[in-house]
Amino acid sequence: MSLLEVSGLRVTFATPDGDLQAVRGVSFEVEAGQTLGVVGESGSGKSVSVQALLGLVPGARVEGSALFDGEQLIGMPAERLRRIRGARIGMVFQDPLSSLHPMYSVGRQIAEAVLVHRKVSKDQAWSVARERLEQVGIPAVRVRDYPHQFSGGMRQRVMIAMAMALDPELIIADEPTTALDATVRAQILELLGRLGCALIIITHDLGVIADMADEVMVMYAGKPVEKAGRRDLFRDPRHPYTRGLLNSLPHGKERLQPITGRPPSLLSPPSGCSFHPRCPVRIPRCPIEEPPMLGPDDHPDACWLEVGR
Amino acid sequence: MWRFLIRRIVFGVVVLWLVATTVFLLFFAGPADNVARRLAGPRAPIEVVEQIKDTLGLDRPLFTQYLGFLGDLLRGDLGTSFISQTPVSTLILQSLPGTLWLVFGAAVLWMLMGVGGGVLSATKPRSLRDRTLTVLVLAGISLPTFVLGILMIYLALSVFPGTGLQPGPYISPFIDVGAFLSTMVMPWICLAVVQAAVYVRLTRGSMLDTMGEDYIRTARAKGVPERSVTYRHGLRAALTPVITQFGVDVGTLLGGVVVTESVFGLQGIGQLMIRSVRDGDLPVIIGAAILAAAFIVLANILVDVAYSFLDPRVRLA
Repeated sequence: MSLLEVSGLRVTFATPDGDLQAVRGVSFEVEAGQTLGVVGESGSGKSVSVQALLGLVPGARVEGSALFDGEQLIGMPAERLRRIRGARIGMVFQDPLSSLHPMYSVGRQIAEAVLVHRKVSKDQAWSVARERLEQVGIPAVRVRDYPHQFSGGMRQRVMIAMAMALDPELIIADEPTTALDATVRAQILELLGRLGCALIIITHDLGVIADMADEVMVMYAGKPVEKAGRRDLFRDPRHPYTRGLLNSLPHGKERLQPITGRPPSLLSPPSGCSFHPRCPVRIPRCPIEEPPMLGPDDHPDACWLEVGR
Repeated sequence: MWRFLIRRIVFGVVVLWLVATTVFLLFFAGPADNVARRLAGPRAPIEVVEQIKDTLGLDRPLFTQYLGFLGDLLRGDLGTSFISQTPVSTLILQSLPGTLWLVFGAAVLWMLMGVGGGVLSATKPRSLRDRTLTVLVLAGISLPTFVLGILMIYLALSVFPGTGLQPGPYISPFIDVGAFLSTMVMPWICLAVVQAAVYVRLTRGSMLDTMGEDYIRTARAKGVPERSVTYRHGLRAALTPVITQFGVDVGTLLGGVVVTESVFGLQGIGQLMIRSVRDGDLPVIIGAAILAAAFIVLANILVDVAYSFLDPRVRLA
């Protein structure tokens, strides 16, 4: 049994213009100690799909199944879900400045994570906070400093210290390096790689995937379009969208080939395969019928071209 | 922090000096006879005008008068009322307790109602609860204080006489607590209801902004119970604009709660001001104006100090 097994996840928002389907049937597994990379452009539903699992998306209708260590997260009573959040599943967000409370010291914010889940004294919680800060490379003497007194990279370290405060089995890092300088990025990734627990990294940066992921899920318009091990994905990208993503990365002296067009509206996604309006290799079937995940179990993708392979 | 505070205090003193100077020029600039006539009122006999000119030394050069005025002010001597021949400072000290009690009592009430209502509204936006509160807020904002006050007096005296509530002059709680409460409860509620409406709106808006912040999501992500998310994370950050408004309001009201005091016949600064304006009792008017300015300056300094306690970014910057 996997640590986290998500299947058929759908997340819908009711808007004045009709239902917005941010996530339209996502399935994936995360094994204990492994790293899943979820990649896709803005609006592909990658953040919403994991945040919705934990009940962190207010106003969303969440359907499907998500078994965490055998427990169903979807529809779980709020109080039980709260006990899992922070204790067994930690989260790291994109912008560490806005994600930390500006009026509380970092130590207090880490200690709070401990205090809401464990029956320990304040002193014990604070000593956990000091310990965790040291572990992420921040001197414990800064435990009483406030977020605005830290640099961007340091703040993200604080977020990581907070996420790992209670030794969770899974940490979800949602664009953990997007708001950071390139130089700091490597340090944060290195730190995340050292954690040892299972990790879901959500990113639009294929470089992060190449550095970190064991397994990769590529998302487009609220759906997975390709799943593969990291090596397979980079060596043999199958879905035209994945190829487009890889081609838009610089290698050598070749000209970059951007994916033309824009991501589709999720209020009225295109018929058939939602990538077809932008796809360079579409066939007549694409706009008519939506492709399921096809191909080998360890490297499926949602493209009709698979049928002819 | 200390440098910041000292800077604010110096700035406050400068503001008060400007207010005092403006008031002085308004009343004392011009030929001595005109000034004396203005101070005495149009119907005063010529002897009175001469006497005023004499006692106030209006014949002296303006700058000498100005220095004398500032010197008196610094010693706390605000002159003598033309009407009652009592020192202005005594009149103010007699009226101040009523206003102080009224404002601070009402402030506690309106903060509880306003902030509480705002939080209730913001935690379930667009719910029945939110909409009901919005209607009440509109009613509170549109209802003139004197209408509410008169309505309350009517209810207390004719419909529910058993409550013992009645309008009347201020009685010190150290003399008779019962009488103090029976005269103060209605003005407290009256002033608080009108003020609370503004605070519900302010708190609601500020809370809605904060509850959408990333750090609220972080708090939920680490498993903080929703109550703590609302109060310890949300309200704590949402309170800043509320505190600013609170400081301004308390400062302004301490300078005299004219309508509420008048409706309930409470002998406070507001009533003193009305009476002195009606009687043309200029020394009292000047004293009350400077007092009101002093309260506003003081309240603003206190708000700045409160900020630095609430927000480490202010304290440590």
